[in-house]
Amino acid sequence: MDKVIICINCPVGCRMNVKLAEDGSFLSVSGNTCPRGARYAEQECTAPLRMVTAVIPVSGAAVPLSVKTSVPVPRESIGGIMKQLSLLSVRAPVSQGAVIVSNILGTGADIIATRNV
Amino acid sequence: MNQSDIVIVGSGITGTALARELSRYDASIVVLDRGYDVAEGATKANSGIVHAGYDAVPGTQKAKFNVLGAKKYAALCAGLHVPYRKCGALVIGFCEEDRITIEQLYRRGVLNGVSGLRIVSRDEALQMEPALNPAVSCALFVPESAIVSPYELAFAMADDAAANGVRFIFGESVIAAARRGGTWEVETARGSRYACRVFINCSGSSGAEIHRMVCGTRLKMIHRRGQYYLLDRSAALPFSRTIFQCPSSMGKGVLVSPTVHGNLLIGPNAEDIADPLDTATTSGGLASVLEKAVKTWPSLSVRSNITNFSGVRAHLETDDFMVGPVPGAEAAFEAIGIESPGLSSAPAVAEELSALVAESIGLKKKKEIVPYCPPAKPFSAMTDGERKNAVAQDAAYGNIVCRCETVTEAEIRNAIRRPVGATTIDGVKRRTRAGMGRCQGGFCSPRVARILSEETGIPLCEITKSGGNSRLLSGTVDEFLKGAAEND
Amino acid sequence: MIDLHVGVLVIGAGPAGLAAAVAAHENGTDSILVLERENEPGGILRQCIHNGFGLHRFNEELTGPEYAQRDIDRARAAGIPIECNTTVLSVSAGRVVTCVSPEKGFRQISADAVILAMGCRERPRGALCTPGTRCAGIYSAGTAQRFVNMEGYMPGKRVVILGSGDIGLIMARRMTLQGAKVLACVEIMPYSSGLKRNIVQCLDDYGIPLLLGHTVTDIRGKERLTGVTVAEVDGSRNPIPGTEQDFECDTLLLSCGLIPENELTSGAGITLSPATSGAVVDERFETSVPGIFACGNVLHVHDLVDYVSEESAAAGLAASEYIRGKGKKELRWSVVDGPGVRGTVPQQISSGLQDDVRLMFRPSGVFKNAVAVAESSGKEIARKKAMIFTPGEMALLNIRKEALSGIPEGSITVRIEGEIQHG
Repeated sequence: MDKVIICINCPVGCRMNVKLAEDGSFLSVSGNTCPRGARYAEQECTAPLRMVTAVIPVSGAAVPLSVKTSVPVPRESIGGIMKQLSLLSVRAPVSQGAVIVSNILGTGADIIATRNV
Repeated sequence: MNQSDIVIVGSGITGTALARELSRYDASIVVLDRGYDVAEGATKANSGIVHAGYDAVPGTQKAKFNVLGAKKYAALCAGLHVPYRKCGALVIGFCEEDRITIEQLYRRGVLNGVSGLRIVSRDEALQMEPALNPAVSCALFVPESAIVSPYELAFAMADDAAANGVRFIFGESVIAAARRGGTWEVETARGSRYACRVFINCSGSSGAEIHRMVCGTRLKMIHRRGQYYLLDRSAALPFSRTIFQCPSSMGKGVLVSPTVHGNLLIGPNAEDIADPLDTATTSGGLASVLEKAVKTWPSLSVRSNITNFSGVRAHLETDDFMVGPVPGAEAAFEAIGIESPGLSSAPAVAEELSALVAESIGLKKKKEIVPYCPPAKPFSAMTDGERKNAVAQDAAYGNIVCRCETVTEAEIRNAIRRPVGATTIDGVKRRTRAGMGRCQGGFCSPRVARILSEETGIPLCEITKSGGNSRLLSGTVDEFLKGAAEND
Repeated sequence: MIDLHVGVLVIGAGPAGLAAAVAAHENGTDSILVLERENEPGGILRQCIHNGFGLHRFNEELTGPEYAQRDIDRARAAGIPIECNTTVLSVSAGRVVTCVSPEKGFRQISADAVILAMGCRERPRGALCTPGTRCAGIYSAGTAQRFVNMEGYMPGKRVVILGSGDIGLIMARRMTLQGAKVLACVEIMPYSSGLKRNIVQCLDDYGIPLLLGHTVTDIRGKERLTGVTVAEVDGSRNPIPGTEQDFECDTLLLSCGLIPENELTSGAGITLSPATSGAVVDERFETSVPGIFACGNVLHVHDLVDYVSEESAAAGLAASEYIRGKGKKELRWSVVDGPGVRGTVPQQISSGLQDDVRLMFRPSGVFKNAVAVAESSGKEIARKKAMIFTPGEMALLNIRKEALSGIPEGSITVRIEGEIQHG
């Protein structure tokens, strides 16, 4: 199975062709111009990761709290994380770096405050 | 049923001027408007020119009211603290045919009683306005031509009227008016009913429709749309006067003019449309404005364009205003077909019509009139000393909400608290200029929305741009996502 | 009447102003004041809650608020006063700054040096002359971002985005994650000015089509937006009849470019560059008015905040040197945009250089396997090869100070040579 991946590491945006086995495991990549591209292509085809950022309401403050995942999470978990976050509300004050939810949805990532409110 | 002596339909420039004149009499007065604010129709979207009166055919209503009205403007605007400037105008010609038109305009102007008209040579015209097309062959110089902010004048007249007892009711679209037992009964689309002794039709685009409700006669009204460019304010505008091209049967043509706030206005084109509420701009319309304007201003550039808009003029087939008692109807008056020079004419139309109305039901002048209380001087127009004092007295003057036009929180709050106060983002914008500048509200609209919500008690999510369904926001972030999650 | 006198006065407490203030402090200037119109420092980064900031400067990926906090903390640690809720009304060529705030009222502050760091704003609809109605539901992407991230409100449910600048791309994802449906991102150019990463992670991840070479030709809706028409454009960016498609939507976000906010700058009589819409500066970021410096997005629009911080620190240092009387210099070369290059900063270079000069500019198109070259009097003074130059990424070209020795006074031309992919 072949997959086309546009590299995001730099503005060149190499168009890479990735060969995958029947079971989805990575076989080879072509079209990349650097090793970073090859690593990205493999990751992106097998287990794409994304950072998630969002805001959650704060009782006692006019401004919502911006948060992020402490580490990139599997792309398919983003929807679930957003739904979880929509159920949350925190109380001021919150400091930047505070853990709001640990190990969200078992992804291993914590939800961390990115500002002070 | 809501009872009053007088119902006026329409709160454009004519309706507000009339309401103000009638507020001097001992009478209960209601003004109904389909829009959600004063001046939502043609009054908010026209060229803002107080024409001297050289264009209208002598003997017409247009000629009479234009010249009379224009002469009232300087004092009216001074009394109401409305920006007005007699900047003068040139009507430019390029060929022999244009010269004949210009000479004809000159003679008409003299017959209509316009003072100071003069035909100037190419050289003099270019000396007066160096950015003009050098192909100009001659021009009519009109020193009495002036510029005004039409909606600001309407706001001021509405405030003055309201302070003297007139009630303004918005979102009321008249669907029926009938005379029963010596009383006019008026019904609106949302089911309100108003009874009055005298009914006055000052509706712009619905003028003919309401005329027919009142007297049964069908009038042919054409809705003529004009589109504009509005360029950013600049200390060095290319023109200091209003520049007209020679008029045609479709109107006064495309003009290039400074505005009272220092912007440059270019437009309008003229196109007849079916829906009088269709104030969209079109690529074809905008292109035709530029195509014509470039003849006036060869180095035309719209790089500094900040907005485009269009307005719809109500043109009667007879090509004249209808001002006076509605023929064949009892206790009904009208001022309809008010297209250009309607702005210029409004003060005179209101004076004549108010006298007729007062006489018809024997109204007496009030003994005491509440003097007009103008909005405080805009912060942007204050001297340094005035600014210092203003902030010292009210800290809200220290919060600049609109950075392009330097409008403060205090001015926005005051605009909402006026007798006919702003209830929408556009209402605040037209009263204070917050959002009128080069970023077009990108910076200030979230802030203005918050202030509106605080002042009026309307939840932020229900604040609108211009009333009705024109909400800015569709919900809070968390509600929204929960809703989306449930829909999955 | 002067209410206060300071050494260095900085206008704006975004990343540019903060970096400039901290650099001036580190260089030994004690009297520094930063004025900020918002109620807290941090500038536009406060609403940029996504990650991707600081890779060059901190070697890690921060969100906007986190990046801003680092500079706020540094300024606080240095004891630099930041006065918020303060709007500057004017700056005079004599370096008197008139400002107003609810707390401190109307004031005039004189300064030995002024640093302009007011940032930029978005191009509004009017600048695009897009026809249609003037209904509710049309926002610049940044205004929508403020509503969502700072106010906690959604501007709409079904969204079309015009322009593929990074803020537009980021908002496509943001709105989608918050439950809205983003129908398309429409870009008039044949390429996007946004980062590849944003195209992949903000559009492709959510199946949002990027319509290159298309534009919005009509906007419908009397009260709230009900739909837009999108059409393909030809080589001169005019819509091609017959290619129209309609989208039913209640929101149109505009992400069509940023304009440095230079009203105060021009009010001070400072010369502006038509190419950048920012001040004309020399290599120390001093404008045409002595003692007034400019840095960050008010000088020219950057794509990376890391470079804003770096440039602004240099401006802060220069302002600090200026008030110590070390700023004396003579302008020697003017820098001119050659083929393929737009808006080079600095526009002037003086004699007696202490350091190398870094030129920053925007490529005017997409060039592959290209070189950027600077030359003067027929002599090449700098050259840099790159696999790609694109308008979305600011290009850098260093001129070593030795390379300028012996080059007579005159102009330095910067150009890009290579295969042009899109013009």
